[in-house]
Amino acid sequence: MLAYTIRRILLGVPTVLGTLLLLFVVFFAASSPDQIARNALTEKAKPEDIKLWKQNNNYSFSDEKIEEITKKEFGDDYKEKVDAKEIAKWQKENMDIPNFWNSHENGWNVVTKTTFYQFMSKMLVFDFGISTYDKEDIWVKISNGVIPSLAVTVPIFIVGLIISVFISMLAAMFRRTYIDTSVVTACIVGMSIVYFLYIIGIQFVMAKTLKWYPISGWSDNHMIYFITLPFIIGTIATVGESTRFYRTIMINEINSDYIRTARAKGLGDIPILTRHLLRNAMIPILTRVILSLPFLVMGSLLLESFFGIPGLGRMTVDAITYKDLPTLSSVTYLSSIIYVIANIVSDISYTVVDPRIRLN
Amino acid sequence: MNFILSNVTPTEPFLEAHEWENIAVVITAAVFIYLLYFLKTHKFWGPRLSQGFKGFIPKLGLGLALFFITIALMDSFSWKDDYPKDAQVEPAAREPRTLFDRSFSKIVGVPEYKFVESTSAAPFGKTEFLDETKELKYNHIFGTNAGGQDTFYLVMKGVRTAVFIGAIPLLIMLPIAILLGVSAGYFGGKLDDLVVYIYTTIHSIPTLLLLLAIVTTFEINLKNVCIALGVTSWIGLCRLIRGETMKLRELEYIQAAKCLGVPTWKIVQKHILPNLTHIILITCILTFTALVLMESILAYLGVGLKSSWGKMIANAKSEIAQDPVIWWNLVFASLFLFLLVLSVNIVGDAIRNAIDPKATQE
Repeated sequence: MLAYTIRRILLGVPTVLGTLLLLFVVFFAASSPDQIARNALTEKAKPEDIKLWKQNNNYSFSDEKIEEITKKEFGDDYKEKVDAKEIAKWQKENMDIPNFWNSHENGWNVVTKTTFYQFMSKMLVFDFGISTYDKEDIWVKISNGVIPSLAVTVPIFIVGLIISVFISMLAAMFRRTYIDTSVVTACIVGMSIVYFLYIIGIQFVMAKTLKWYPISGWSDNHMIYFITLPFIIGTIATVGESTRFYRTIMINEINSDYIRTARAKGLGDIPILTRHLLRNAMIPILTRVILSLPFLVMGSLLLESFFGIPGLGRMTVDAITYKDLPTLSSVTYLSSIIYVIANIVSDISYTVVDPRIRLN
Repeated sequence: MNFILSNVTPTEPFLEAHEWENIAVVITAAVFIYLLYFLKTHKFWGPRLSQGFKGFIPKLGLGLALFFITIALMDSFSWKDDYPKDAQVEPAAREPRTLFDRSFSKIVGVPEYKFVESTSAAPFGKTEFLDETKELKYNHIFGTNAGGQDTFYLVMKGVRTAVFIGAIPLLIMLPIAILLGVSAGYFGGKLDDLVVYIYTTIHSIPTLLLLLAIVTTFEINLKNVCIALGVTSWIGLCRLIRGETMKLRELEYIQAAKCLGVPTWKIVQKHILPNLTHIILITCILTFTALVLMESILAYLGVGLKSSWGKMIANAKSEIAQDPVIWWNLVFASLFLFLLVLSVNIVGDAIRNAIDPKATQE
């Protein structure tokens, strides 16, 4: 058990490294350092400012280093031999630190003096730096956003889970009757509606027309007042899909021999459902629950931005809107770390729930 | 009705696929229709399929889906009217116009680029919405948007984008998922480890964030959005195929085929792929709806494509907050989005009931 746990955790390490590589490729390598500098400063920043910013943030070589590599390329007396324009052009093209392989260095520095290595080493110790949009520390922003995000997502998740497991058990119990048919129909209709139509529609009816709830806003002291409407919307919007998922599992289980045996020995419906069906359906339910945990922490992009809740979801939307690459990559990295951890936890938890799974 | 200017007659209209997107839509529709035909005439799937489509609702779903595909197809064939250079026509008349545009113009009596008002108007309205003294030039059954464009026309134009955004990523991801899934499941070992590593890594980044990252770093256009959706959506299917292939590999008839010396590609083609059909088909249909819904969320987050329902809904968000409420853009765009997704879901459910051995067991 311990050996399995350790091996499973060690297997997570390459996944995290791979995630970092993917993130780096997507966020940094595809857009040039000049573009990153312009995002961080302003769109009309002067070339000197951009150069300075790049040097300060380790995107390009320092002046001495540029001098050195120019000498290496053209010889020590390049100033007399080669045209100054050509030199300037060459320097402009080669002043950025390479992404993966720095051929101007020797030994390990070939790998360590690169943009990817610097990005990776910072990310691995969770040194996220500051946001380019509002110049705030990203860690502070993230830790401020976690509580509002969890306040929105956790109630939706728990209540939605209970409702959908309950309905799916009913549908499985009364399969091939009108109860089952109407549950499936309702699920299909519910799944076909766009998430933010629920938000716009319910917000319009309940908050704007009937004025039962505030349209949007947030206050740490009156959380319940502000999360009620997002809670209602989120539950209604997500319950259809999960009910359909759980119904398939329940129908698979309810056709098993052990249910027939239980019924044959005279057990009532409720003990069959709770003691036999639910326990055996636990593995897929558990997988789904644990793998949803990262999404709970990361918050709901749409709900938070529609209701003005200052959580991680809205932070992400803002980062997308203002092209705030450091914040976006930090949030993405953090959520993938949580996902990898959740994956490990779900693998280990199978052994707790299901004694049949023997590990070697 | 003279919807082309009377004094100049276009010479030699010719059919051309102006953009690769149009070819892609035609190919997709052809594949879909061929698949339906193939299943219908197949000696095993045919009878089961008719069983699944028994009743009114599945037939209605199929009819709706075919309607959407027809509109998307009509919107994909376009040709230019070749006016003389000095002829006095509007710039929009020189652009390639699709078969759908031309049919629409025939029905309403004026070219679609002239079928506009100056500002928004309610459905069936006779006057402008905000200023009741101003009469409208034309009848708009779904009203017009703030720019005066006909909502019905815009909604119908959205069909092609939606079908496209659902189908092309599907075509991109299918070969990846089948190739990687089958080879990982069948050969196992190092290859399996590699494939599992690749998809766990990609899957550990939240799909929406990865998509946004790809789309924000590159340019936002239909091609990039499709590639981004295709690259991120193959994982679920690949995982399912891998698991199922691993199960199939151990079965007696595959072992027997191996012993008899049947070459690997033939085992995969004859014995494994047919047994994966139901998984692939059902997942494709579910992925299609997920992709269409994903596009609308992307549009809300600012990564909208032109003439898509998602963008219409995102634009209408501010209209609904105003007083008096302009509701028709939001309602009709989301109604059509709902109808498309619903019809595909119904068809998917019918096909699942027909061919999934698990759904029919009792």
